[in-house]
Amino acid sequence: MKKSNIVIVTLAVTAAVAAAFWLLLVAPAFTGNEINLTRGVTDFAQKNYELHMVVLWICVVIGILVFSAMFVSIFLHRKSRGYEAAQFTHSTKAEIVWTIIPVLILVIMAVPATRALIHMEVAPETEMTIKITGFQWRWRYEYLEDGVDFISSLQADSNAARRLASGVDPETVDNYLLDVDKRVVIPVDTKIKFLITADDVIHAWWVPALGWKRDAVPGFINEAWTEVKEPGVYRGQCAELCGKDHGFMPIVVEAVSKEDYAAWVQSQQDQLAVEKREAERLWSLQELMDHGQEVYATQCATCHQADGEGLAPAFPALAGSTVTTGPIEAHIKVVLDGVNGTAMPAWGGMLSETDIAAALTYTRNAFGNETGDLVQPRTIVRIKNG
Amino acid sequence: MAQHAENAYYVPHGTKWPIIGSIGMFLMLGSAAMWLNDSAIAKWTFYGGAGILIYMLVGWFGEVIRESEDGVYNSQVDTSFRMGMLWFIFSEVMFFACFFGALFYARVFSVPWLGGEGTGAFTNEMLWQGYQNVWPTAGPAQLGGEFQTIPAFGIPFLNTLILLASGFTVTMAHHALKKNQRKALVLWLAATVALGFVFVFFQVEEYIEAYMELGLTLGSGIYGSTFFMLTGFHGMHVTLGAIMLLVIMLRCMKGHFKPDQHFGFEAVAWYWHFVDVVWLGLFIFVYVF
Amino acid sequence: MTTEHTHDTHDHAGAHASDHHDDHDHKPTGFMNRWLFTTNHKDIGTLYLVFSLIMFLIGGSMAMVIRAELFMPGLQLVEPDFFNQMTTMHALIMVFGAVMPAWVGFANWMIPLMVGAPDMALPRMNNWSFWILPFAFTMLLSTLFMDSGGPAAGWTLYPPLSLQTGQSFAFVVFAVHMMGVSSIMGSINVIATILNMRAPGMTLLRMPLFVWTWLITAFLLIAVMPVLAGAVTMLLTDHFFGTSFFNAAGGGDPVMFQHIFWFFGHPEVYIMILPAFGVVSEILPTFSRKPLFGYAAMVYATASIAFLSFIVWAHHMFSVGMPLSGELFFMYATMLIAVPTGVKVFNWVSTMWKGSMTFETPMLFAIGFVVLFTIGGLSGLMLAIASVDLQYHDTYFVVAHFHYVLVPGAVFALMAGTYYWLPKWTGNMYSEKWGKIHFWLSAISVNILFFPQHYLGLAGMPRRIPDYSTQFADFNMLSSIGGFIFGASQLIFVGVIIHCVYRSKVKATSRVWEGAKGLEWTVPSPAPYHTFDVPPPINAQTVAHADEYDH
Ligand code: HEA
Ligand code: HEA
Ligand code: HEC
Ligand code: CUA
Ligand SMILES: [Cu+2]
Repeated sequence: MKKSNIVIVTLAVTAAVAAAFWLLLVAPAFTGNEINLTRGVTDFAQKNYELHMVVLWICVVIGILVFSAMFVSIFLHRKSRGYEAAQFTHSTKAEIVWTIIPVLILVIMAVPATRALIHMEVAPETEMTIKITGFQWRWRYEYLEDGVDFISSLQADSNAARRLASGVDPETVDNYLLDVDKRVVIPVDTKIKFLITADDVIHAWWVPALGWKRDAVPGFINEAWTEVKEPGVYRGQCAELCGKDHGFMPIVVEAVSKEDYAAWVQSQQDQLAVEKREAERLWSLQELMDHGQEVYATQCATCHQADGEGLAPAFPALAGSTVTTGPIEAHIKVVLDGVNGTAMPAWGGMLSETDIAAALTYTRNAFGNETGDLVQPRTIVRIKNG
Repeated sequence: MAQHAENAYYVPHGTKWPIIGSIGMFLMLGSAAMWLNDSAIAKWTFYGGAGILIYMLVGWFGEVIRESEDGVYNSQVDTSFRMGMLWFIFSEVMFFACFFGALFYARVFSVPWLGGEGTGAFTNEMLWQGYQNVWPTAGPAQLGGEFQTIPAFGIPFLNTLILLASGFTVTMAHHALKKNQRKALVLWLAATVALGFVFVFFQVEEYIEAYMELGLTLGSGIYGSTFFMLTGFHGMHVTLGAIMLLVIMLRCMKGHFKPDQHFGFEAVAWYWHFVDVVWLGLFIFVYVF
Repeated sequence: MTTEHTHDTHDHAGAHASDHHDDHDHKPTGFMNRWLFTTNHKDIGTLYLVFSLIMFLIGGSMAMVIRAELFMPGLQLVEPDFFNQMTTMHALIMVFGAVMPAWVGFANWMIPLMVGAPDMALPRMNNWSFWILPFAFTMLLSTLFMDSGGPAAGWTLYPPLSLQTGQSFAFVVFAVHMMGVSSIMGSINVIATILNMRAPGMTLLRMPLFVWTWLITAFLLIAVMPVLAGAVTMLLTDHFFGTSFFNAAGGGDPVMFQHIFWFFGHPEVYIMILPAFGVVSEILPTFSRKPLFGYAAMVYATASIAFLSFIVWAHHMFSVGMPLSGELFFMYATMLIAVPTGVKVFNWVSTMWKGSMTFETPMLFAIGFVVLFTIGGLSGLMLAIASVDLQYHDTYFVVAHFHYVLVPGAVFALMAGTYYWLPKWTGNMYSEKWGKIHFWLSAISVNILFFPQHYLGLAGMPRRIPDYSTQFADFNMLSSIGGFIFGASQLIFVGVIIHCVYRSKVKATSRVWEGAKGLEWTVPSPAPYHTFDVPPPINAQTVAHADEYDH
C-alpha cells in the first residue's frame, strides 16, 4: 500500500470509530439501557428526555454532514492523488446559506425548549410542601403540612466501605453510595412543592428520574415541583461541590400510593410521640452510650472521625478537647447552636433531644475522655425550651 | 502608519527592573497572605516587598524618563505608550465595573429577594421573616449592628466639587504646557495636586466619622461592604493619581516635557480624569441614591 | 488602500532585509542577560512556551491522579479532600498556567513576525508579564504543601465553600491577582503591537487570522481579567474583613459570586479557543495549498463570538434558581453562538475542499481539531438547552463537553501550531515520524478518555466526586485507560521537541512548508534574533490571506 493510502485508511477507521461512538450513544435509547439520559417518571422528565433526543439527533446529523464533507475532501483532494488545488476564496451565496440554515435549526430547537422550561418554572397549584435543607453532608427533610422532620444520611454499609483502603469491595454493597438511612417518602399522583435551601455551603438536590436539579443556596429558598406517576425508588446525589464528602450525600426518594403515604406519615408521627415520651424519662449511662455511639457514627463521624481525632486543621478533635472534657453547659451550647461561620451545624433544630443527649454523653466518655458525665435528654428539653 | 517607515524602529535593551518587580510583588503578596494568617514577622517582609516594588517603579520610570528626555523615542513609541495607557485605564474601568456590578446586584436582586419580592417570597417568610427591602441595609441579620450613612450633600458633595475643580485645573495645566507657559503650568499642576490631597484628606475624615460615630464599618452588611470597597478603591486610586501628578509637577519644574511631546503628562491627566469620572458614578450611586 | 499597492513594486523581499541583519545578530551574552533581562519577543515567547509546557505536565499529572482514583469504585489512593484539591489545582494550572501562557507565547513569537514588526510594542513590559508567572505559580503550587492543603472548592471558587479554605486561601487569591496582572499587561502589549507596529501596507484586513483572533482575545482579556480580580478580592474581604458580598445574612448573595465569576469565566473559555481558531485558519490553507475560504467572514465571526461571549454567562447557572426570563434570555443567547462558530467550521471545510492536501503533523492536528472541537461544540449546544441542562448540569456530560473543546480543541491547536512553527523557531525539522505517532496515539486515546464521559454524565454520574456507584465502573475504567495512554503520549511530544531543538540534523528552509504564505516565511529559519528592523514590503506574495488579493 502507498503511504498515503495508509493515511486514508486510518482516517476512515477513526471516522468510523467516532461514528460508532455516536451511534452507541443513540442506540441505547431503544434498549432503555442506562448510558443515556433516563426517561424519568414525571411529565417534565419525559419532556426533557424527548427534547434531549431531538437535540442529540440534530447534532448527530449535523456532525455526520460536516464530517462527511470533510472526509470526502480529504480522500479526493489530496496532493498524492495529483489533485490540483482550486483557488476559489469565497462564495457569498454559500455563506448566506450556512448562516441562515443554522439559525432555522436553532429556532426549531428553541420552541420546544422554551415550552419545557416554562412547564418547569411556572409551578401549578401544589398539594403538599417539603422543605429540603442541605448540610455538609446530609439532607434534612421537613414535611410542612404533615409535621414530619428528619435527617437523611449515607447508609452505614456504604459509609464504611467508602473509607480509603477500607478493604470492602464496593460491588458487595447494595446500591453503593446511593443508599440512605432514611428515605424521602412521597405519594404518587400528587403535585409536590419543594422548598430548597442550605445551611452551610451550596448543595444541589438532584434525582434524575424527576427530571431536574435545583441548587440549595444558604440564605435563600429555591422552589421546584414534581408529580411522580409511578411508585418506585428513585436515587440521586448532591450535584454541587460542597466539600470533602460531596460524593457521599445521596438522595433516595420512595414514591408510594397515597394510602401507603398516609400510613407512613402516621408511623412517623407515632415514632415522634414515642421519642417525646422517651426524652422525659431518665436514661442510664449504658443506654446513652449505646445510642450515642450510633448517633455519633451517623452524624458526627464524617467530620470528627470515628476515633474522635478529627481532621486537622479543619475539624477539631473531640478526644481530649477542652470542650468535651470541660464544663457541660458550654459543650451543650456548642452542639445545640453550632459554630457560626464554620462547618459545625446547629444540631438543636435537627436531632431529637435524646439523640443530642446521647451524642453528648458519648463524646464526653468515649475516646478516652472518661469524664463520667451523663447528659439526660430532659436536660436538653429544658434548655431548648429556655 | 506610513510616516514611521523612514524612522528606524526602536527596540530597548535588556532590563533588570521587571524581575525585581516580580520579586517585590511575590514578597509583598506572599507576606500579605501570611500576615492574614497571623504570622508575626510577615508584616516586615511585606514592607520589604513593598519597598522593592517602589524601588522598581522609581528605577524603571526613572529610566524611561531619562530616555524620553534624551529624545530616544520616536512617534511610534509614543503611540504605543498611549495605547498602553488607554487600555490600562480600560482594565481599571472593568475593575470598578465589577464592584458597581455587586452594588447593583445587591440593590436590584438580592436585597429585594431577601425582603420577599420577586422570587423571594418563601425566602423572606421562612428564613428572614419581617425583613424588608430597604436601602441602606446591613442585611436581615443586621450584621455589624445599627449604622447611619453619610449624607450625600455634605463632605461627599464638597469632594465632588473638589474633583471637578481638579479636572479643570489639570486641563488648564495642559493648555499652559501646550503654549509653553511653564510658570502657569506648574501653578495649575500644584493646584491639582493640592485638590487631590484635600480630597483624600476629607475622605479619611469621612471614614473616621463613619467608624467612630456612625457605626458604619466594612462589616455593616452589604451596604458597608459596597460602600467601603467602592470608595476605598477609589480613594486608593486618587492617592496614587495625586502622587503621579506630584511627580509630573516636579518634572515640569525640572523643565521636562515639550509643548508638542509630553506623553507622561497626558497619561497622568487621563488617569486623573478617569478617577474623576469614577467618582461621579460613586457620588450618584453610592451617596445620592 | 490603493496607494499602498505601490509597495508591491519594491522588489526586495523581507528576507533580504533580515539576511543582511544576520551579520550582527548579537544576542545578549550570559544566562541572566539572555533570559532574565530580555526584551526580545522571541526569547520571551520561548520562555512562555517552555513555562506552559512545564505547567501542562504538572496539571496533567494531577489529572492522572484524578483518573487513577476514578479507575475503580471505592477509594484506593487519596482522601476525598485531596482529590478535590487535585481537581481544583488541575483546572487552575491547565487554564491559567498551560493554555493561556502558551497562547501568549505564540503571540509573542508570531505576531511581530506576522505583521512585520521588529518586536512587541512594549518590550520591557513584555518581560514583566512573563516573569510574574513563575512567581504566581510558585505561590499557587506552594499551597499544596501547607497544613490545610491547597484550594479544594473547584476552579470556580464558589463561596461559601471556598471561604472554608484554610491557610492557603489568601495565597490562592493573591496568585490569581498576579496572573491577572500578567495577562492584562500581556494583552495590552498584543493590542498595541497589532494596532501600532504593523509594517506599512499591512492593513487590518490583510492581517493573518491568527493575529486577528489574538487582537480580539486580548480585548476579551482586558475586559474580564479585572473582573476576576474583583471577584476574588471580594472573596478575600468576605473571608478576612467581615464584608458580606456573598452572605445572605448581610444582604449579599452567594449566587452573586457566580454571576461575577462567569462574567469572567465564559469569555475566558473563548480566550482559550479563539487563538486556536486562528492557528487552525493558518494551517489548513497551507497544507491545502489553497487560500483560506471566506477570510472576512472569519474575522466577523470571531468578533461576533467575542461579543456574544459577554451575554451568555448564566448558562453555567441554570440550576441556581434564576427568574424564568433570565433563563430564557441566556438560553437563546448561548444557542446563537452556534451560528458564527458554524461559519468557522464550514469555512474550514470549504478551505480544504478542492485543495491539494498533504498530511504533515500540523495538518493532522488541525484536522483533528476541526472534528473533535465540533463534537465538543455540539455537546455545548445541548447544554445550552436550559431545561435539559437541569439534567446535564454538574455531571460528567459537562466534563466531556469542555474537555472536547479544551483538549482536542485548544491543546490540539497548540500542538498543531507548535509543529507548524517549530522549524521556524529552531531552524531544524522535527521528526515527522514521531510527530505522526504522537498525533495518532493522542487522537485515539483522547476519545477513549473523554467520549465515555458523555455516557457517564447522562447515566447520572456527578462531577467532582472521588468515588462513585458501581454502575459507573466500566466507563470510568475505560476513560482512565484512555487517560493514561493520552498522558504517556504527551511524553512523545516532549521528546519530539527536545530532539528537534538539540539533535535534529535536518535544517529547515525559510519557507518550510510548500504551501505556506505570510511574512513569517520570508525570514530565514531559525528566525534571526532581530527581524524586520526595516519594514518588509507587503504584497500578494507576503500576505497570508486577504480578500483583496484573491482572484
Ligand atoms: C474552549 C472552551 C469552550 C468552548 C469553545 C465552549 C463552547 C460552548 N459551550 Fe462550553 N464550557 C466550557 C468550555 C468551552 N465551551 C467549560 C470549561 C465549561 C465548564 C466550566 C465548569 O463548570 O467548570 C463549559 C460549560 C458549558 C455550559 C454549562 C454546562 C453546565 O455546567 O451545566 C454550557 C451551557 O450552555 C456550555 C455551552 C457552550 C456552547 C453553546 C458553546 C459554543 O460556543 C459551541 C459552538 C460550536 C458548535 C455548535 C459546533 C460547530 C457548529 C456547527 C457545525 C454549525 C451548525 C450547528 C448548529 C446549527 C447546531 N458550555
Ligand atoms: C485547558 C484545560 C484542561 C486540560 C488541558 C485538561 C486535561 C485533562 N483533564 Fe481536565 N479539567 C479542566 C481543564 C482541563 N483539563 C477543568 C477546567 C476542569 C474542571 C475542574 C473543576 O471541576 O473545578 C477539569 C476537570 C477534570 C476532570 C473532572 C474531575 C472531577 O470532576 O472530579 C477530569 C477527570 O477525568 C479531568 C481529566 C483530564 C485529563 C485526563 C486531561 C489530560 O488531557 C491531561 C493530559 C496530560 C498529561 C497527563 C501530562 C503529560 C504526561 C506526563 C506528565 C507524564 C505522566 C503520565 C502518566 C503517568 C501516564 N479533568
Ligand atoms: C460538617 C462537619 C461537622 C459535623 C457533621 C459535626 N461537627 Fe462538630 N465541629 C465541626 C467544626 C468545623 C468544628 C470547629 C468549630 C470551630 O472552629 O470552633 C466543630 C466543633 C465541635 C465541638 C467543639 C470542639 C472544640 O474543641 O472546639 C464539639 C463539641 C462538636 N463539634 C461536637 C459535634 C457533635 C456532637 C456532632 C454530631 C452530632 C458534630 N460535632 C458534628 C464540624 C462538624
Ligand atoms: Cu452537598 Cu455536594
Ligand atoms: Cu460558558
